[in-house]
Amino acid sequence: MTDEIDASGALEASGLGRKYGRGWALRDVAFRLPAGRICALVGPNGSGKSTLLSLAAGLLTPTTGTLRVFGRPSADPGTRERVAFVAQDKPLYPRFSVADTLRLGRELNPRWDQKTAERVVAEAEVPLSARVGSLSGGQRTCVALALALGKRADLLLLDEPMADQDPLCRHRMMGALMAEAAEHGTGVVISTHVLAELDGVCDYLLLMGGGRIRLAGGTDALQAAHRLVTGPSAPGGGTPDALARHTVVETRTTGRQLTALIRPEGTPAGDGWIITEPSLEDVLLGYLRAPDAPPMFTAEARATVTEVGT
Amino acid sequence: MVEYRIDRRSGIATYLQIVQQTKQALRLGLLQPGDRLPTAKEVVAATAINPNTVLKAYRELEREGLVEPRPGLGTFVRRSLARPGAAADSPLRAELADWTDRARAAGLDREDVTALVASVLEERFGESATPSERGHEENG
Repeated sequence: MTDEIDASGALEASGLGRKYGRGWALRDVAFRLPAGRICALVGPNGSGKSTLLSLAAGLLTPTTGTLRVFGRPSADPGTRERVAFVAQDKPLYPRFSVADTLRLGRELNPRWDQKTAERVVAEAEVPLSARVGSLSGGQRTCVALALALGKRADLLLLDEPMADQDPLCRHRMMGALMAEAAEHGTGVVISTHVLAELDGVCDYLLLMGGGRIRLAGGTDALQAAHRLVTGPSAPGGGTPDALARHTVVETRTTGRQLTALIRPEGTPAGDGWIITEPSLEDVLLGYLRAPDAPPMFTAEARATVTEVGT
Repeated sequence: MVEYRIDRRSGIATYLQIVQQTKQALRLGLLQPGDRLPTAKEVVAATAINPNTVLKAYRELEREGLVEPRPGLGTFVRRSLARPGAAADSPLRAELADWTDRARAAGLDREDVTALVASVLEERFGESATPSERGHEENG
């Protein structure tokens, strides 16, 4: 029974929308994130990342559509203990000591893991007796992360967790996260502006733009689905004939040379064209530079549940 | 036990770096049959990489018959790649160290020496001088 529910994935959105006042922060979002993946949630400011995370954490309710967490609606009380959320501003009680904060975690969470929580705090060299209000931003982040890891959730949602951390702290924190994922198969969603931070860490990518999902899927599959091609530009500008049957994400012309990020349909052959596999960063930059490029979902990222008449 | 160093800017896939470093340790005798490789958890806690990358590397080493997983215990070295001539205390190594000192005394820097060694390797070993992992392809 549990397996059946988990087969629907850690997150599954369908027709998902969220409106603030008159504006839509999320519009018509549908995707799937399988359980146990390390997912980078990337996109410009205001693209809907934090809204999506707050919805997944059950702190917001959808205006339209559904967001399922391990097969249940995100607002369902039963999903609470399976999800941990670290918000961007890391809300903690400033008057509590670090030890009190961990005790709060212990009292409120049935699956609490005190050892893990204490280890994360100790590795960051944050004294247990210190008041939370006296800590630096980076240290507060470590305490918030200790709470999230101590909760022993199945899915960790982290909203730009690394913004205020020095490189050593960041490395330790990612190490602690990855160790948790290795030991318990915990899924992680990390929002960031800087994909390079998650290089070698994430195996799944969600790219957002204008309240929609633009790219979704495993990083290997997304990379393999794209090619960077370089060749002669078309005489009168526009897309050269050689690229006509492919999906062209973005082109740039320098003199007589044209570089394009494409999703090849069949063999991207053609004399005089240099074809290379782009890095994940190349793919991402291509889509960021071309906000109107057609979105792409890999097979495992497509929502399987279709909601009718929500 | 080995410790992996991951270079994110090397352009070499992370899992391949683990495969190569494990083989290097096997060649140098730092890892010997019966030794346990670090668990995925130990590797990712130290390197902050994706756990699946470590598992992929270990599967590759298993496919090549170098290691074997023992359920509940870990992944263990099955055979060594060490050759007596390549050990840390071998005469060949001592000669190479002598030669390197002479090259240095002659005014060659590290890059000069590397280029010289690479060209002689190319001449004497030909194609086989490049390790097989260079053109490695995943065959499922």
